[in-house]
Amino acid sequence: MDLTLNDEQRLLRDSAGQFVTRTYTADFRRQMASEPLGFRANTWQQFADLGWLALPIEQRYGGLDAGAIEVGILMEAIGRGLAPEPYVATVVLGAALVAALGREEQKQETLPMVANGTLRLAFAHSERAARCDLARVDTTARPTADGWRIDGDKIAVLDATAADRLIVSARVTSGNGKPGPLALFVIPRDANGMKLDDFARLGGGRAANIRFDGVQVTRDARLGDDTDALPAIEAVVDRALAALGAEAVGMMQVLLDKTLEYTRIRKQFGRPLAANQIVRHRLTDMSIQCDEARSMALRSALHADSEAFERSRAASGAKAKIGKCARFVAEQAVQLHGAMGVTEELEIGLYFKRLLAFETLFGSTSHHYRRHATLSVAGHA
Amino acid sequence: MDLNFSETDHAFAKEVRDLIEQHITPRMQRAQALTPSVFSDPEIVAPWQKALASRGWIAPGWPKEYGGTGWTPAQRWIFEVECVRAGAPAISPMGIKMVGPVIIGFGTPEQKNYYLPRILSGEDRWCQGYSEPGSGSDLSSLKTRAVRNGDHYIVNGTKIWTTHAHHANRMFALVRTSDEPRQQDGISFILIDMTSPGITIRPILTIGGDHEVNQVFFDEVRVPVSDRVGEEGKGWTYGKYLLEFERGGGIASPRLRQALNTVRLLAESDASGRAIDDPDLALRLSEVEIDIDTLEMTELRVLSALQTGQNPGAVSSILKLRVSEIHQAVTRLGFEVVGNDGLAVEPGRPLYAQNQTRDLPDAARTAVPRHLNGRAYTIFGGTSEVQRDIIAKLMLGL
Repeated sequence: MDLTLNDEQRLLRDSAGQFVTRTYTADFRRQMASEPLGFRANTWQQFADLGWLALPIEQRYGGLDAGAIEVGILMEAIGRGLAPEPYVATVVLGAALVAALGREEQKQETLPMVANGTLRLAFAHSERAARCDLARVDTTARPTADGWRIDGDKIAVLDATAADRLIVSARVTSGNGKPGPLALFVIPRDANGMKLDDFARLGGGRAANIRFDGVQVTRDARLGDDTDALPAIEAVVDRALAALGAEAVGMMQVLLDKTLEYTRIRKQFGRPLAANQIVRHRLTDMSIQCDEARSMALRSALHADSEAFERSRAASGAKAKIGKCARFVAEQAVQLHGAMGVTEELEIGLYFKRLLAFETLFGSTSHHYRRHATLSVAGHA
Repeated sequence: MDLNFSETDHAFAKEVRDLIEQHITPRMQRAQALTPSVFSDPEIVAPWQKALASRGWIAPGWPKEYGGTGWTPAQRWIFEVECVRAGAPAISPMGIKMVGPVIIGFGTPEQKNYYLPRILSGEDRWCQGYSEPGSGSDLSSLKTRAVRNGDHYIVNGTKIWTTHAHHANRMFALVRTSDEPRQQDGISFILIDMTSPGITIRPILTIGGDHEVNQVFFDEVRVPVSDRVGEEGKGWTYGKYLLEFERGGGIASPRLRQALNTVRLLAESDASGRAIDDPDLALRLSEVEIDIDTLEMTELRVLSALQTGQNPGAVSSILKLRVSEIHQAVTRLGFEVVGNDGLAVEPGRPLYAQNQTRDLPDAARTAVPRHLNGRAYTIFGGTSEVQRDIIAKLMLGL
């Protein structure tokens, strides 16, 4: 039992921190917002050169064999800088799904390209009617003579347009319409029958709604064999929640730091705002909640490879707790900046927006409290 | 970075369980389970304290040279978890965790030689003389006066909220030895023999029905100057140092987790009419459990980073705040789960010595007094408001 960083982890934290501070200025973020993909290819290549894309990938597929702790360290830096690169879509979700479910030849073909920066992925799973329910997929995959036909609508696919391939979830549906197991299909982003409605994402980056209208894929486009993909999806999403939690911690820390700085400088009634006890106590609560969020991001990372029950409870616990803390910190950061906090002239609002994106992605705060409660009651019964 | 325990750790856990097996009796467990106050009666704790002392396991937070255990953070954690799991009574912190570190840090060799072994053995039972009727959150405004008279101080005044003064033979106290422009100056840290002439104790009953705290009066009480710790007039510094140990740097989450599990089990039982079937209650149980998970991680992080004997610093205020709030949340759920059975008042104390008249599980009998006494958690050891002031000043630099 030791919760201190080792030398390699410290090195990663320091180099990621330096890169983020150097690269992600307010000006840079503004430029990225008008890029067609929301980021630039050369920054992505830098991610690859720094080894970040290879981080959680197994060594035999060109990766660095690191775990959820290292991904968390990097994600916290990404959060601090509000980096818009599709790290979550490609590495945290895409590569992880291939690693969890893919056949050996699929892993050999895909993962080294992700690691060296030549292949980007996106995970098309969320549907409007499903809300927070990972198991609810209405998109269908019907067997054809030489493969599958995919029909359905996906929403909010993170960085879909930047991806070379999409990993699409669909319900295997036989000729009589009977729903079967969930399956994942790897589909080139420019395949026939797909319509992408690309948009700027709340808080930076891009996303798309995608219509699949009779998209034909070959038999070997299916990721893995014919087992139900849901357990693997749940595991990958639980781990993604740990990574997103760490990203949120980075954002919360920036909001706290900026608010501390502002309330020390801003004078009203002849004294700094921070001289008022009510403001000081608010800042204290923000700081405690940042620290609590940090503990929970770490906890979910430490449980990333635990068995499903503990892993899911840790992931949901973290998502709920961090979601609650993030909301408090973000709202109070805006509040304590006064009217300036609600303008686009400061970046407080940008951090607020990206924390809202965190809150809604992969299940709301109340969804995860409920999931934790359901698992706990069932686990005790 | 990992949460896993090594082979050595597992072997150590076995040693702890063996000691528990030998010394924790069912009567002790029951008495602890039926203790709704903050501290356990010395009568229950004494045999366990003695067993730990003879094993050399009584003071995990002390440097080894003074009788500390030299345990790794993992071992300290395991020890606490195993004790809580076994329902072992909680050792009073006032000697081991509070005055001990101050004597180690600032005492003379004579004071160390005399007091430390007596703290370890449990021969001395300590109480804390900090608050006064006129000095609560504004502690350094205290007025109990110690006037130098040759080799003695003559102490006059009163202390309040003195936990277990009626069981203690020693008190560590902050007293005013001079008047200075800054009220924090002129305070000294002295050790008072509670059997001295001129000391009277008035019991104070708390709303949970327990006698735990007292008011202590000093009328011309003579205290040898050799029982002053550190320099005269510097007591505030030592007193604050002690408060960091009182507030945090300890391991509170295992006990909170156990308390929540007790509430959960009651909620799952017919004795509560299966309160758990209310999905809203199940959700709030999870909410508190997640808060305990959070606290546990923070405690483990602090524990990993702290060297043995090091004072925890201002993070102790964060831990104190969260521990007290979570404790209250757990007892609030306990009150809700016990439902209308909570309306039956059991005035007799100690509860474990009362004849049980109703067919209620122990958890149900303690739920209401625990909830009521629990309100004190955000007040004692510095109110939540004082903790926030400290965090703002020391951690945020405001």
